[in-house]
Order: sequence, then C-alpha cells, then structure tokens
Amino acid sequence: MSAEDTHRSVEVAARVERRWAAIAVIIIVGMALLAAFAGIHQATMPQPRVETTDPSRIHLSGEFVESNLGSVLETNGNVTVRAIGQQYSFTPACIVVPVDTPITLRATSADVVHGILIQGTNVNTMLVPGYVSEQLMRFTRTGDYLMPCQEFCSFGHEGMWGKVKVIDKTDFANRAKSGGRLSCVGQ
Amino acid sequence: MLVNRKLILAHFWFAFAVFGVALTLGAWQMFIRSPIGTWLSNPELYYRSLTAHGTVMGYVFPTLVAMGFGYAISESALEQRLVGVRWAWTGFWLIVLGSVMAMIPIALGRASVLYTFYPPLIGNLFYYLGVVLVVVGSWIWVALMSINLRVWRKAHPGATVPLAMYANVAGSYLWAWTAVGAALELLLQIIPVAAGLKNTIDAGLARIFFSWTLHAIVYFWLVPTYIAYYTIVPRAIGGRVYSDTMARIAFILFLVVAMPIGIHHTFADPQVGAGFKFIHSAFTALVALPTLLTVFTICASVEIAARLRGGRGMFGWIRALPWDNPMMLALAFSFVMLGFGGAGGLINMSYQLDASIHNTQWITGHFHLIFGGAIVIMYFAIAYDLWPHLTGRELIDLRLIRTQLWFWFVGMIVTTFPWHWVGILGMPRRMAYFDFGDPAIAPQALSVTFSAIGGFILLTSGIMFIVILARGMRAPQADAGAYRFAVAVHQPTTVPVALNTHALWVALMIALTITNYGYPILNLATTAGTSVPAVYVGAQ
Ligand SMILES: [Cu+2]
Repeated sequence: MSAEDTHRSVEVAARVERRWAAIAVIIIVGMALLAAFAGIHQATMPQPRVETTDPSRIHLSGEFVESNLGSVLETNGNVTVRAIGQQYSFTPACIVVPVDTPITLRATSADVVHGILIQGTNVNTMLVPGYVSEQLMRFTRTGDYLMPCQEFCSFGHEGMWGKVKVIDKTDFANRAKSGGRLSCVGQ
Repeated sequence: MLVNRKLILAHFWFAFAVFGVALTLGAWQMFIRSPIGTWLSNPELYYRSLTAHGTVMGYVFPTLVAMGFGYAISESALEQRLVGVRWAWTGFWLIVLGSVMAMIPIALGRASVLYTFYPPLIGNLFYYLGVVLVVVGSWIWVALMSINLRVWRKAHPGATVPLAMYANVAGSYLWAWTAVGAALELLLQIIPVAAGLKNTIDAGLARIFFSWTLHAIVYFWLVPTYIAYYTIVPRAIGGRVYSDTMARIAFILFLVVAMPIGIHHTFADPQVGAGFKFIHSAFTALVALPTLLTVFTICASVEIAARLRGGRGMFGWIRALPWDNPMMLALAFSFVMLGFGGAGGLINMSYQLDASIHNTQWITGHFHLIFGGAIVIMYFAIAYDLWPHLTGRELIDLRLIRTQLWFWFVGMIVTTFPWHWVGILGMPRRMAYFDFGDPAIAPQALSVTFSAIGGFILLTSGIMFIVILARGMRAPQADAGAYRFAVAVHQPTTVPVALNTHALWVALMIALTITNYGYPILNLATTAGTSVPAVYVGAQ
C-alpha cells in the first residue's frame, strides 16, 4: 500500500466509525427519551416521596397496626390496601380488591427485606424495613392472582406466597358497607 | 515475555477449581428446585449452596481471572518483568485465605445471606471478613498494575501504552473504585453488627451502598472479555484490530459510565425518590455505548481476517472465517449471548419495563447469559490461548476444546431462555422449591425442567474444560514463542494524551459517582429512625 492509499483507508475507517458512533448515540438518546415520555406522559414514574416507619413499633401504633391492614373503600371511590410482610407471610395473606378501580397499595416490612409481586401484572415493589412502599395499581379482570414474596428473606422464603382476589365492584361495595378493613382470608 | 508463570498459573488454577465447585453447586440447585428432583425437604441446604455459588462466582472466580490475566498482560504487553512479585503472591494468598474463611460459615449454615448480603439479615462475622480479605488481596493487584505501568512509562518516556495494558489498568481502577461501595457497607454497617458492637442497621442505606458495587462489578468481570475481543481474537484468527482508538474509547467509557448507574437495581425500592432512579436509568442506557462500539469494531476486525483469507461479498466473507479455530467459535458464541443478554439488559434499564420482571427468574436468566455466558466463555478462550505460554506445552485437543465451547453455549441457552420465560410469568427468583402441584404454578414445571437439563450440560462442559487444561499440563513440550497481542490495521504512532493516561477518566468516574450517589447516600445517612433491628441468621 502506498502512503496515499494508507492515508485514504485511515480516513474511510474513521468516517465509518464516526457514523456508527452517531447511530449508537442516537439509539441511546432515543431510549432515554422514550423512558422519560412514558414516565411523564403515562404517569409511570416510581414513588416520588421517601417515607419512613419504625418496624419495631408498627404493631403498636400508626398506619400499619393490625386492625388497619387490608382494603378500605375511600370516600372518593378509590381503594387503599395496607399490608405488611414478615418472615414468612404477608398480612393480610389474601388481599381483596374491586376490579376497574384505582388502588393504592401501601406496604412495609416488619423485619427483613421482602418483596411483593402480583403475577400477571406490573405490580412489583420491594418492602424494606424502615420505609413505606407505595404502589398504584388497577386490575382489568376479576380472578385470583398469586402474590409471592420476590426477595430472599431467609430460610422460609419459598413458603411466602400471598393471594389477591379481584372481585366485582358492587360486591366489593356491599362488603365495604359494614365498615372496617376487608380481606379474603378465611373465605 | 512471561516470567512469573507460576504466579499466573496459581491464579488461574485456584480460579478454575473454585469455579468447578460453584458450577457443581449451581447444577445441583437447579436439579432440586425442578420437578425432577423434589426430594430435598430442607431448604436451608439450598440457601447455603446458593450463597456459596454466588460468593464464588461473583467475587472469587472473576477477580482471580482478571488478576492472573492482568499479570500476564503486564509482563507480555509491556515486555517487562513484573515489579512487586512478592506483593502479588501476598495478594493471592490473601484471596485463598479469605475464600476459605468465608466458605466455612457458609458450609455450617451460619451465613446464608447470599452474596448480596441482605441486611438486616446478618450472618457470621467470618463470612464478611473473608470477603473483605478477597477484596484487599485484589486491591494489591490494582496497585501493582498501576506501579508496573508507571515503571514502564519512566523507561519509555512519551511512548504509547500498549492497548492491552491500557485496558487492563482501566479495568483495575474500575474495580478499585466500585469495590468501595460494598466495602463501606461492610465496614461501616454490617461488620459492626455482625461483631455484636451494634444491633441495628439501616437496610435502605445498605442497599444503596451495595448498588454502588453491584453494577460496575459486572463491567469489571467484563473487562478481561473485552480485552480478549480486542487484543487476542484478531491475532488468533489472523486478522487486525480495526481501530486502536475506538478500543481505547470503549474502555474509558466503561471506566466512566459503568460506575454511576447502580441505583437501577433499586428501581422498586422505597428509599430512593423517582429523580435519581430516572438519572440512573438514563446513565444505564449510556453504558450500552461502549458495547455498541465494540460490537462494530470487533465485527470489522473479524471481517478483515475473513477478507485476508479470500472471503468476498456483502456476507460471503462470514463463510471464509476460520470456524474450526476455538477462538473464532468462542467469539461467535460470546457475541450471540451478549446480544440476547444485552437486549434483556435494555429492558431491565427501563423503569417501566423493569416492573414486570423485577426480581423474577428473568433477572437470573439475564445475568447468567451475560456473565456465565458471554463473559465466562471468553475466560475459557483466554485460558486456552495463554496455556501453551504458561506451561510450555501445546494444547492438542482442538476437537475437544470446540466440543467444550459448544456444550457451554448450548447449555447456557437451554438454561437461561426458560428462565426468561418463567420470569415473564412472574416466577420469583431465589426460591428453594416450588409447589408444582398448584395449578397456577404447574405450567412452569416444563420450563424449570429444561433449565435443570441446561445446568447439567454446563456442568459437563465445565468438567471438560478442567480436563483439557489438566491434560495440557502434561502434554509434550513445545515452544509457543513470545505471547503477542493483536495489532491494529493502522497502528497509532501517537495517541492523544487523554487516551494514553487514565487520570482524567478516573477523576470523571469519581466525580460522576459523587453526583449520582452523593445526595441519596447523604439523605439516607442523615434521616433519623431508619435503622432497624438486625436479624441474625442461624441464631434461633
Ligand atoms: Cu419474604
């Protein structure tokens, strides 16, 4: 190869490389923009606030005392579900919620790190002791969903499976009339 | 010029020995959690085994490979005897000691916290001290790589650092800094509790410290593989490196952007706000850049080899590649697995898509495809390539080597593809067993069975690998000549200072880490009342 040929081939190589680098950068910027668009426009951003709670006191007072766990129909028609995870179960072990309703899940852990995952949905959040996890959800069909603990929480982890029962809206409203917190445990 | 062959061989042999043990445990785990082996009634044994598998595969095995390969690069690329041999041996023995020290409490069931630790679960003190020793041993290597480069620079003022060494030192700095996250978690949080000096711990903060380590560590595992792509494969198949400059840019991009992205591991965690999650998501997208550049440059380098061998046409050159060369085979398999694993990674990096697969078996499938697949298959290739130079004997079982690589590739696909599938169905990871009798879980039984079969294919491949190396120690002697690295099509005569030194990039790496982690860490560390009681493993 003559010096001129070498010079030309260096140039070609550099040009091809630059083009490829530009394509790669465009792909990446595109992906970040898509994520930002989905987050802002579709309101799918993660929980914005960091809330804390003392796990050694949650059984005694505050939002996560036992009598306050389960589903509650709010005055605006939305539903709030409160739950805790502990080695090796969820309380309530079976959550009941209405279909086609905006639901806020608020949950925490009483001991170690756990996770809540509702199979067949995008509901998936960690339960870290000391912090409250909040997740918005909405079910489009009735039925039973499995809700395993998705994070290793020591030797009994594989036995930690909860359930979600999604029922008809009017059924739920009827059951909610009597007040209190609802769950499907024992039904 | 490889002088300290014994040192390098010691690193490789210890790495592959523990790898063999951890691989066996992995296959066993897949077997007993599948419907074909449901006899295990004690899940405790499963989590012991899982902790050992993760600790070895995450900390001990790749670190030793990077170190052994690093010493080999230092001597052969710089053509200079290793400076600080006694320190290197000290580092090696610290790792051996640390590994043994960590394995004893694991085997006794006193440290079943998996390799990610999971505070407020607290295991036996000696497990954590063992991990610390492994890290300290590896930090000696980091210092030695830096010192050896400095000695060489003094002797060659103004000269261009060979690409292999430039990348090797970048990888060592990446490791030194990323290990700081887990080190802070261990030294400030976990070890005081494990030693009984404290009995509470901030689990949320600990998870952030760990995420600092947990993503960049993957890029530390990846660096030897990328060094092999750039500096071994083109030489082994008779090609050239398409671009030396692009290679350097890829390595410094890893150094800079691999670090500040770990919070993507905590997308579903309550202790970080949405803002920093988005920032880390965007930075995670950015770390795809060096890989996209590498895929291009390596494909171009391979094409050069094919055209030199008479390959023609738009795609016709692919047939002209030396497919019977194990290095070519390893590269192709590695790229296929990197492609699938990387596509999965792009899904994980998006907050919205991550929600559907977070902490499911999908994640296990993803990182086994990247680490166990794309990365480890190149570790095999590195060992095969170096062995004749380390032992002074020829590896003659080329057919067996090819079979071994095929088994690893097929085994990895058979293992990880079903995992991705059941992950989409919502199967959680890290479970000792499943109740396949439950009609909601029963449809996953077949996929889990396939994974278990894949596990045994991988184990077979691992055994073949060790047999090939062991036989290589006793093969007839043959002089392999000097160990060389691939040269670029246009060898750079001068390289910009920025691409010949690391200081600027290290400074940028540290600065980005501080901007991306500083506020979340400070915020959590100063929030009162987030420390929770420790839960001691095996203390009941
Ligand atoms: Cu759990």
